[in-house]
Amino acid sequence: MTPRVTRAAPLAALAVALALPLVVPNEYYVQILTQGYVFAISACGLNVILGFAGQLSLAHAGFFGIGAYTVALLATKVGIAFWAGLPAGIALSAVFGFAIGSICLRSKGHYFAIFTLAVGLIIHLVIQKWESLTHGHIGVIGIPGPGAIGPLTFDSGIARSYLALAALVLTLVATSRLLRSPVGRTLMAVRESEPLAAAVGLDVMAAKRMAFTVSAALAGLAGGLYAGFIGFLGPEASNVEVTFNTLLYVMVGGIGSLSGPVAGTFIVYGLSQVLQVLQEYQMVIFGLALVLLILFMPSGLAGAFRRSSPQALKPSSPGRGK
Amino acid sequence: MLLEAHRLSKSFGGLRAVDEVDFTVAAGSITGIIGPNGAGKTTFFNLISRALPATSGRITFDGQDVTGLQAHEIARRGLARTFQATTLFADATALDNVLVGYRQRTKAGLWDALIRSGRLAREEREAEAAARDTLAVVGLADLADRQARNLTQEQQKRLAMALALVARPRLLLLDEPSAGINAEQTRGLIALIEAIAAGGVTVCLIEHQMQVVMHLCDRIMVLDYGKKIADGTPEEIRQDPAVLEAYLGHK
Repeated sequence: MTPRVTRAAPLAALAVALALPLVVPNEYYVQILTQGYVFAISACGLNVILGFAGQLSLAHAGFFGIGAYTVALLATKVGIAFWAGLPAGIALSAVFGFAIGSICLRSKGHYFAIFTLAVGLIIHLVIQKWESLTHGHIGVIGIPGPGAIGPLTFDSGIARSYLALAALVLTLVATSRLLRSPVGRTLMAVRESEPLAAAVGLDVMAAKRMAFTVSAALAGLAGGLYAGFIGFLGPEASNVEVTFNTLLYVMVGGIGSLSGPVAGTFIVYGLSQVLQVLQEYQMVIFGLALVLLILFMPSGLAGAFRRSSPQALKPSSPGRGK
Repeated sequence: MLLEAHRLSKSFGGLRAVDEVDFTVAAGSITGIIGPNGAGKTTFFNLISRALPATSGRITFDGQDVTGLQAHEIARRGLARTFQATTLFADATALDNVLVGYRQRTKAGLWDALIRSGRLAREEREAEAAARDTLAVVGLADLADRQARNLTQEQQKRLAMALALVARPRLLLLDEPSAGINAEQTRGLIALIEAIAAGGVTVCLIEHQMQVVMHLCDRIMVLDYGKKIADGTPEEIRQDPAVLEAYLGHK
């Protein structure tokens, strides 16, 4: 991509996103859009640990659940408003991320994936079984949504979709600043070669733990928004299935790319809404699509786009003499 | 002595890969480690750079006991290394590779990145200046924006040295710098190593090519089956009967 395209593309995407809620036919689509933004934030979070740092964490929905339940329970049990509950949810997810990361990240590769899968499952089970706190299967109902900020109110679906969009834009700004900084370069080094990263003086464990904590915090942000927007929260929000859906969004969009996870979320989540008539049979289609994706587009849409862009066509090493 | 190893050992199961080796590197010198294949040279390097924990023995660096440190901690104290199979961040540019090597000297963290602090900008300028200087030292100034994977084998070796050198280490460990490159390129690399040493960096290298070792080194240690069998000047090593036997077999 030329620098001009690189700079114009996010603005064009933002313009489309700003116009969308106003042109879709009804409230239902606005809600889908809002959900899409929320899941995209979560996908960006997973991308930090998986794409930037190269660690496949399968505990992601657990952190989404921690953020969501913090907002829901603080609001319904203690009467703490959404705007105070949301930072609390993000903070609690981050604290759990830091603590869990400190233990899980001692294992590597497949072991780390399995370890975090188990951790995600444990968080889900705690949410599901701790009935006195979470109401178990019944879930939390009547969660108040975001209150007004000055003249801005968030009672309409459209207003909420813009709020979710604002949160997604903030997330993208944060992750892009992270990626294009010495911190991002450190994560790249850790992802590519831990022995070399350590040999040049980088604290591999600290870098991975930081990425895991940021990833958990973003999942917490997404979870908190989810709870406030839907108004109802059940334990299935922290289900392992949610982790694998998020993983699918990131893979389709392109692991490690900045905006890939957002595109992946909208394609997969949008498709799953269209295919809802098929009920569980839609998994057959997604399973097949995933296999084809891994075979033919291992770096997702972002990778395919990069390959077809002009820069990739330039000779990688200009000839020295004839 | 800049580096001292006392009775350093490493066992893998029943195999003594490194067996009670005493070793010293004088500040300002070029020291070579030679030995037949499988003698334990790379394992010895891994022990000194703390990439592997030693089974027993002690290491001091600049008079301080560093036996219990982690790899990144000893790197930050000024011990840098390259790897045998040239290891680089292949998809990153040459400049970005070297910038990673400078990171240990900078402090900006997550918050600096998120708010784009003045400290981050200052450190980035400082890092880039240091990285470009180092690329010039190893002769890659014009290739700063080339992806590491698109460099020649020789250029990659030079880049790996830049990555190790950019943080201005006091001791540089080179694992077979001449492996996989031709004779002419080797001469260029020898000149580079001499220039690095002349610039005040103590060098310790593992090498298979005898003429490289004999030409460059002030002192040489010979390992065989994990044991030190000789230690001395190139002249002494050339005439040492134990060395001749290890390399040529029994007479």
